[in-house]
Amino acid sequence: MATTTPPQDQSRRGTGERAPGRLGNVIFKGISTTSGVMILVTLAAVAIFLLYRAWPALVANAEEFADVSFIEGNLWEWVAPLLFGTVLAAVIALVVAMPLSIGIALFISHYAPRRLAQLLGYIIDLLAAIPSVIFGLWGFQWLRPLVEPLFAWLSSNLGFIPLFADYTSPARNITTGGLVLAIMIVPIITATIREVFLQTPRLHEEASLALGSTRWEMIRQAVLPFGRSGIISAAMLGLGRALGETMAILIVLSPGYAINFFLLQAGQHNTIAANIALHFPESSGIAVDALIASGLILFAVTFGVNMLARWIINRRAEFSGAN
Amino acid sequence: MKLATGRRMAGITAISALALTLAACGSDSSADDTTDSGDTGSSEETGGEDMGAELSGTVAGSGASSQENAVQGWLAGFMEANPGATVTYDPTGSGTGREQFINGTVQFAGSDAALDGEELAAAQERCGGTVIEAPLYISPIAVVYNIPDLNDTNINLGPDTIAGIFAGEITNWNDPAIVEANPDIELPDLEIVPVNRSDDSGTTENFTEYLAAAAPEVWTHEPSGLWPVEGTQSGAQTSGVLGVVEAAEGTIAYVDASRVGELGSVAVGVGDEFVPFSPEAAANVVDVSPAAADATDTILTIDLARDTQESGAYPIVLVSYSLACGTYDSEEHASLVQGYLTYVASEEGQNRAAQPDVAGSAPISDGMRERVNAALETISAG
Amino acid sequence: MSVAAPPVPTRTYRRLPAWAPYAVLVASLAVTAGVLTALNGFTIASMFFVSAIVYAVAITATSTAVEGRRWATDRLATTLVTFAFLLAVIPLISLLWIVIGDGVERFGPTFLTTDMVGIFGSMVEGGVAHAIVGTVYVTGIAGLISVPLGIFTAIYLVEYGRGPIKRGITLLVDVMTGIPSIVAGLFAYTMFLVIFGPAYKAALIGGIALAVLMTPYVIRSVEEMLKLVPNELREASYALGVPKWLTIVKVVLRTAVAGITSGIMIATARVIGETAPLLVTVGTIQAMNWNPFDGRIETLPVYVFRQYAQGGPAADRAWAAALTLLLIVMLLNLIGRLVSKFFSPKGGR
Repeated sequence: MATTTPPQDQSRRGTGERAPGRLGNVIFKGISTTSGVMILVTLAAVAIFLLYRAWPALVANAEEFADVSFIEGNLWEWVAPLLFGTVLAAVIALVVAMPLSIGIALFISHYAPRRLAQLLGYIIDLLAAIPSVIFGLWGFQWLRPLVEPLFAWLSSNLGFIPLFADYTSPARNITTGGLVLAIMIVPIITATIREVFLQTPRLHEEASLALGSTRWEMIRQAVLPFGRSGIISAAMLGLGRALGETMAILIVLSPGYAINFFLLQAGQHNTIAANIALHFPESSGIAVDALIASGLILFAVTFGVNMLARWIINRRAEFSGAN
Repeated sequence: MKLATGRRMAGITAISALALTLAACGSDSSADDTTDSGDTGSSEETGGEDMGAELSGTVAGSGASSQENAVQGWLAGFMEANPGATVTYDPTGSGTGREQFINGTVQFAGSDAALDGEELAAAQERCGGTVIEAPLYISPIAVVYNIPDLNDTNINLGPDTIAGIFAGEITNWNDPAIVEANPDIELPDLEIVPVNRSDDSGTTENFTEYLAAAAPEVWTHEPSGLWPVEGTQSGAQTSGVLGVVEAAEGTIAYVDASRVGELGSVAVGVGDEFVPFSPEAAANVVDVSPAAADATDTILTIDLARDTQESGAYPIVLVSYSLACGTYDSEEHASLVQGYLTYVASEEGQNRAAQPDVAGSAPISDGMRERVNAALETISAG
Repeated sequence: MSVAAPPVPTRTYRRLPAWAPYAVLVASLAVTAGVLTALNGFTIASMFFVSAIVYAVAITATSTAVEGRRWATDRLATTLVTFAFLLAVIPLISLLWIVIGDGVERFGPTFLTTDMVGIFGSMVEGGVAHAIVGTVYVTGIAGLISVPLGIFTAIYLVEYGRGPIKRGITLLVDVMTGIPSIVAGLFAYTMFLVIFGPAYKAALIGGIALAVLMTPYVIRSVEEMLKLVPNELREASYALGVPKWLTIVKVVLRTAVAGITSGIMIATARVIGETAPLLVTVGTIQAMNWNPFDGRIETLPVYVFRQYAQGGPAADRAWAAALTLLLIVMLLNLIGRLVSKFFSPKGGR
């Protein structure tokens, strides 16, 4: 792709339109900049609304929550375990999904025969569209029975490690939840990474191979460095979905409100988004405010995670065609 | 900028809707702003339909998801009889239903709990005086279990045993307390996994009310819509609970009786006998229950006798109320809500919901129907 | 992309023959099956995992012995990539299989052309016509807002923006991807509650909620694609005197069109199955509603959720509706592919 140039007639037309080009430049830049600013405005609107609705709960003390059935103590005591569960599930999901996604993307872009690769890419794209409700049902009906023997084995053989202690059947625990999330975000991450891998300059790859590299060495030298920013970007997309996923967790997990690492026990953890969906229908007044406050906190966490990711990326100069 | 365009367009439709409403209703009485704007959106749904015809137009309801299956039966029956009418029901949950009813989003609501004092005051303000609460959906709550060999029989469990199981104190199916109540059944050596609803629900509230009233010594938690025991297996909504119960052997849970399916169900100890759930047994307990303390001619709330010793009564029952206003701003809403709820309360409506494949609910008694109809008579426009 | 051994006479590479990996695979499968059966632990899952490990060890060992470390690493990498692929694809295929398998039972022309008016209890009739219309409206509104907004923002970020404002917007876009879907729903719900009062329900509100979710996805993928357009192309265009905006439209966007279309498809697919925000904003209704600007409207994901929650014969409808959603996305994808084929420059890959 790097070697192809646009057809000639375009450039000729371009020179013909030099005078209106100036005006076009101004308008085009104006539209683009306005769009950029719109993002800021939209996000500000969401943030202001969240803050506006969450404020009564953020400043409320424990007594004001006395009537709210799902809150004991103050807001922070209530949110902390949920936040913990959210991050735990997302981390499990990302740890499982990233290697898988990179593997699939590499397989499609550099290993599979071209026809098969196109078909596979198509299937993966389709999967991104399956409603999370269906992922939840699938996770509960198909994945859960499959992992249960594994969990039981882990618990009985490695149960002395607190991580795997006291598995309870059925496996409606945070690990199952994380695995379902992982499968959910794999299509999204893969789709992005695959496109980036496919854009690796052909010359880089051929140069590497010409120097006698094996395929894996070529990938390490040319493909992965080129796709690094895209990989991190894709991971952020996946993380965003994993953090905010609602319905699948709601269906797969037996929720609980503890902070611990008993990954195989049911009724220990819950995520903020699933918790909002769980309690929103029957809530009113300060309870709704509290739920929205938890959404705001999730928002803040995502903000922090993204800052961190940006910082990591920016430590080395960006590697892309447009610099 | 696209956002702004969208908003403006919606604004135009809303304004034209306002004009339509004003034209249709003639002089609009001095309703407050909330109800007025509430009126605007929903009246517009009628489009250009003839508003003068009887029982045509649109009303919206929302609320308890427990009523969903029954409501679908009722909507089908009502709209069959009145092809010009469109009635919708959004199963958003009782809390949202009450809130939407109070702020005018919907014209009627379903709720698993009666309005509390504060809500009642707000609802009276929205309704211009009278609020109607009618117990039109009475459904037994079944205690179901999954033990493949015993799913055809009803295991007998007394209130204290049920409470002990759900409190986590009785943990095996061959526990002496269970064996004693079931001399004819061979109970397996199987761990009991109690399963509860993870969301806030009328089913949980009614079940915990029962446990607290019938087994106060074993069940020390307050009645609540949210399950009070932590670290349990649970599922969201009835489907979620059923999913968990079907997924593992030895599980036990409480669900709406219409959803029992292939699972086994418990015969609950009442007095000296054990009563399996049935619509008749559920209706029985409602009949022996007194009216609630704050009940009036239009607020027909019931104080369920959970600890009844009445023979043949099944005490674990969910009563879900239909909420309506005594006064609506538009004739259309008044006549439609009145017509629809009258149909629901009618023998035909109640029997339709009682069919096992619809909702398996318990029909209300004739005495209750008379009182409900008297209350519904008061609905008027103005 | 096979690599032929360079014809250097002084050094000879000792390579495994082409059939060697297959031989090792068959041997690994046989050994694993034997051992697992002997240990009484034979299941499909354990067979898959254990044989994969056995194969990885065997092929690496063989290759190290014959070909040396570098080629052994390459073979191990190939094995791991293929394994990762299979590991992820198997559940995904099973998911498709379940949706299709359970969905076809109720699926058919009647299912696609009827709504749910008058359907209750154990009736097996009823369909998704009203939900398809709702999903098209809601997703369409979201797309109309977020595609132009997203593409122009991405253009700004890649072609115009610089300094702290660019970094700020990039960060905000990242943050926007992290908005939990249900919160986006609550945002749209309250915005319209404030403007039009509580009774206003419309596909428009759901569309706004989904647009909030969809925009960052569009920006992210378009941005990545624009970044990958080589600077040489831009410079060549400028050198020919083409104004910047035309360069962007005719050169940059056209070079990246395949990636952009794919990105938009992914973004659409991502939001078309959203359930939670639609539950809050557009509600549910049994009947057809042709007006996207007023009245409750049914959407496919909400339909799936509600039907599943009802249980019984309704659960079959839930799966059939999921299949419908899948087919709609397939159609969208097909259109997207045609678009990118038609517009993208020839050559390359």
